[in-house]
Amino acid sequence: MPLAGSLQARPPRSVEETSGRANMTRGVHDMGGDPAGPIDRQEHEPTLTERRIDAMMLLMRDQKRRLWLTDENRRTIESMSPGDYEASSYYQKWLHALRGLLIEKGVLTEAEIAERLAAVRARYETASGKS
Amino acid sequence: MSHRFKIGDRVRVRADDHIGHHRTPAYLKGKSGVVVDDFGAWRNPEELAYGKPGLPKQPLYMIKFEMDHVWAGRGAYARHDTVTADLYEHWLEPDRETGA
Repeated sequence: MPLAGSLQARPPRSVEETSGRANMTRGVHDMGGDPAGPIDRQEHEPTLTERRIDAMMLLMRDQKRRLWLTDENRRTIESMSPGDYEASSYYQKWLHALRGLLIEKGVLTEAEIAERLAAVRARYETASGKS
Repeated sequence: MSHRFKIGDRVRVRADDHIGHHRTPAYLKGKSGVVVDDFGAWRNPEELAYGKPGLPKQPLYMIKFEMDHVWAGRGAYARHDTVTADLYEHWLEPDRETGA
């Protein structure tokens, strides 16, 4: 599938002034042309957490499982609240999609995730002597 | 399926609101551009995003827009400053105003 779109050259002027786009219903992700400053092009080695999120996503969507499509992934991320969307990193958005879609597809329930999180948290706190 | 547009055609992006997942960015809605590539037909992501089949397939084109037009630059951008986007046929209409 070809890329969605590519931008070339010069920062745009203010969007409201120029495109009449202020009248459009826009998703939180639909930010093309918003003032945003320069792009941070610094690279970093993926962290262990990022690698794990990446691996889980690939496994859920591999030939064997095919639990959901790219478009469903995007829809889930695009429906994050503006505050969560702005505050989340790339892989945090993936984690949000994983969690939401695993529940939506009936693989896990909220209760199962909450139960496992509580168990992991208790184990961590015991191991680190926090309680 | 037959494609409504061919490379070189001038088209205008529908200035329509759409609630839910779609791949037409707001900053291009209502803007005119030129078809520069034809990628064949693909299942519609507006349906695929909700677990539906996305059929019939929609032709997908690469459309090139002049930056000065997109951002109402009034000459602030050179003519070779362009932006391209891949847009599905149901978001496009012939650009009649410029006599295409």
